[in-house]
Amino acid sequence: MKTFKILMLFFLSIALCTGSAMAGKQLFVFNWTDYTSPELLKKFEKETGIAVTLDTFDSNESLLAKLKAGGGGYDIVVPSHNFVPIFISEGLVQKINAPKLKGYENIMDQHKSPPWDPGNIYSIPWQTGTTSFSINTDVYKGDYDTYKVLFEPPSELQGKIAMFNAPDEVVGMALIYLGFDQCNENSDQMKQVLDLLMAQKQHVKVYNSDGILERLLSGDAAIHMNWNGYAMRARNQNPAFKYAYAREGVISFMDNLMVPKDAQNKENAIKFIEFMMQPENAAMQSNFARYANGIKGSGKFLDEELRTAPEINIPSTAKLIFIPSCSAKSIKLMDKVWTKLKQ
Amino acid sequence: MNQAKREATRRWLGLGPAILLIFIFMIIPLCIISTYSFLESNPYGGVKPHFSFAAYSQFLFELDFDDNVVFNPAYLMIFWRSFVLALATTILCLLIGFPVAYYIALQPPSKRNLLVFLVTIPFWTNLLIRTFSWILILRDSGVVNNILIWTGIIDKPITLLYTNGAILIGLVYTYIPFIVLPIYATVEKLDIRLFEAAHDLYANRRQLMRYIILPLTAPGIIAGGILVFVPSLGAFIAPNLLGGGKKLMLGSLIQLQFASSRNWPFGSAVALLLMAVVLIAMLIYILGPARKTDMGEHAG
Amino acid sequence: MTNNKHTSPRRFFKIGQFPGFGITTLLFFLFLYIPLFILVIFSFNTGRSATIWDGFGFNWYLKAFNNDDIQRAAINSIIIAITATTVATMLATFAALILSRARKFRGQNISYAIIMLPLIVPEIVTAVATLSFFSAIGLKLGLVNVIIAHTVFCIPFAFMPIRARLQGMDSTLEEAATDLYANDWKTFRYVTLPLLMPGIISGAMLTFIISIDDFIITMMVAQAGSTTLPLYIYGMVRMGITPEINVVSTIMLCISTLFVSLAYLVGRKK
Repeated sequence: MKTFKILMLFFLSIALCTGSAMAGKQLFVFNWTDYTSPELLKKFEKETGIAVTLDTFDSNESLLAKLKAGGGGYDIVVPSHNFVPIFISEGLVQKINAPKLKGYENIMDQHKSPPWDPGNIYSIPWQTGTTSFSINTDVYKGDYDTYKVLFEPPSELQGKIAMFNAPDEVVGMALIYLGFDQCNENSDQMKQVLDLLMAQKQHVKVYNSDGILERLLSGDAAIHMNWNGYAMRARNQNPAFKYAYAREGVISFMDNLMVPKDAQNKENAIKFIEFMMQPENAAMQSNFARYANGIKGSGKFLDEELRTAPEINIPSTAKLIFIPSCSAKSIKLMDKVWTKLKQ
Repeated sequence: MNQAKREATRRWLGLGPAILLIFIFMIIPLCIISTYSFLESNPYGGVKPHFSFAAYSQFLFELDFDDNVVFNPAYLMIFWRSFVLALATTILCLLIGFPVAYYIALQPPSKRNLLVFLVTIPFWTNLLIRTFSWILILRDSGVVNNILIWTGIIDKPITLLYTNGAILIGLVYTYIPFIVLPIYATVEKLDIRLFEAAHDLYANRRQLMRYIILPLTAPGIIAGGILVFVPSLGAFIAPNLLGGGKKLMLGSLIQLQFASSRNWPFGSAVALLLMAVVLIAMLIYILGPARKTDMGEHAG
Repeated sequence: MTNNKHTSPRRFFKIGQFPGFGITTLLFFLFLYIPLFILVIFSFNTGRSATIWDGFGFNWYLKAFNNDDIQRAAINSIIIAITATTVATMLATFAALILSRARKFRGQNISYAIIMLPLIVPEIVTAVATLSFFSAIGLKLGLVNVIIAHTVFCIPFAFMPIRARLQGMDSTLEEAATDLYANDWKTFRYVTLPLLMPGIISGAMLTFIISIDDFIITMMVAQAGSTTLPLYIYGMVRMGITPEINVVSTIMLCISTLFVSLAYLVGRKK
């Protein structure tokens, strides 16, 4: 009986300790799957003595849902640019006042004070890239620089399509293909988007934003919605995987580091942000994930391949489209399309 | 008087903690989601403190793109799929599980215990792992396709994963131990003399099964059936891992509402509906076969 | 079979046997165990694929053991399981003692129903309800959130074996103790508890496994740094299927099998 009591107290105290203030030297990072360089985290741990724990999510919507549910205790989260205003207006993140932090001058001028976060009060750039799709040119030998092969696939691609499990990315791409505006509030146009996606659905193998690399390599998918950095990693494993730059327009994104309001280790989060504004660290992350970063001077630390790769060097003819932050009305319409699609 | 009071105090001390814990962390949360189902949803997640029937009307109706109220069969489809899959799972489990339970009960005691133990082990291993193993088997580059291609039966892999069939296999695999054990328990209790009596009366095997074995093992069969049907309805892992995000069942639908779909009221409403079905199934069991067994025991 | 010492089992075997049942049973066990074998075998694969055999090797095991995240997840899983088991078993023991022994009292059936409630409610419903509750009251205690959720649904699992043991126990020993002027506490400590121990241990072990294996509830309720082994496996499955998943799965399978065997052996002691 007594031993029971002692045991219980012992374990409760362990639990409480691990749950809270033992977090003196801890940092909890919540990032997209397979998007954080393990080397980078190790370097940060070595330099600061702070132990980093990494959890992952697969879409901006999942991140938003998690934070809104109070799911927390994360110190660093990485939303895309179009979700940054939502996080700010919903009070989910706190100010970091980046201009006052060490290393702020390293941020490239064109990335300073972006429209979604004027003054960099809440965020700094993490990685920037494009969203398009990877295609296995061994399976399909035709012209792939158009969304037609994705949304109205030829027979060799039917049944081998993989789309992201994220409404804003899928709907965004469909809107471009149909030539409509982003953040669309027009129900007729959104209805056409739904028709397009429903017609495509029978040829789609799976809606999943994770495991892209594996799905391509194993042959489960011959055409997969993808981001440019990940596409480069796929091409490195098999040169037949090419990244498409659709003529209709290419989606561009910028992911950002932000600190949630209920972060337990704000000072450590700030340290991480200052760490990421150093050119060699930004380069280390770029070398892993294969995306461009927003830090000046990182160029000389980048792998040779990143300088010349087609995934990073966007053809000058490509039309880059930054998806803006959408109004509640357009988000509702997007949700409507998505729910009907997944039913 | 004192004794009674002491009894009462001891009762509350003993039962109190457990009941309190379950009350606070189970009953109250259930009340909370019941409330949520009547509130308006916040597009960014969570709820707004406005009363609204939207969650419930969403089952059947929706506002289409022109804001007209239209009948929406999609969620009924999900219900239907869950119901059919759960039923199919139960029937399959019964067809396989009954012979197995019966056969095991027939064995000599030492062998019997070993076999029961072997049935129980997978039951206690991690469900995620067990379902995951079917991904390895059914995917395009998986074991089945590899064998079929290697033996030359086909030359392109057939799509086995991400289908309703894959989910069915996953569900059967998950829940079949649940049905073997209750049936085994009832078969084990069968009185041998009935068999002998039937044999003496020149009954053949079919009659033996139909008139003696099945009626007597019915409680076990029904208990097992419910133990399979109810959890299958609300299953999450099988449709999530093996269904590819295209084939939603009730469990994955609920989880989605609390994750990226951010529609807590609707998720709560579906959850409550699932609970209602479960309670109805249990009521049917308690008022039906369980009561019959009670009376049987008293009479016999 | 039970309650008959006069007819030989062999005779019954001939009467009651049905053709095809034996084969079905064999196929059944194959069906049950082959996926697990595949899982375990491919954990020794040297190649990158989890389904195409390259060769035999322990490299993935080495990789897994050096993986910090796996270690952290394992530690979390164990802490949660031990705490939840301890608390749940204690509460369940007290509850079982009262419910199985006391004379009928008002509210007995209700109490019984409440204790069994976590078993009846579908797991996904429990998961979202718990999440909503924690979110509504703003409970953010990291691992403790998960521990609380686990303790609650572990209580009925601990309760059942203990109660079964109690019902099978002979109350005359306790009555004898009372006759010998032992007070309640002494009776409990020296007579009831030791007799009950196998049931308590059975219940504790089963609860431990249930907690270690839990996925859905943990997934919805977990906070930063509360990743458990099942959550970690799910994350790995999402990232891409490599034999590393097989390794972690095999290890978990071994742990579960070990505990079930132990619980079984303990439970058989009379």
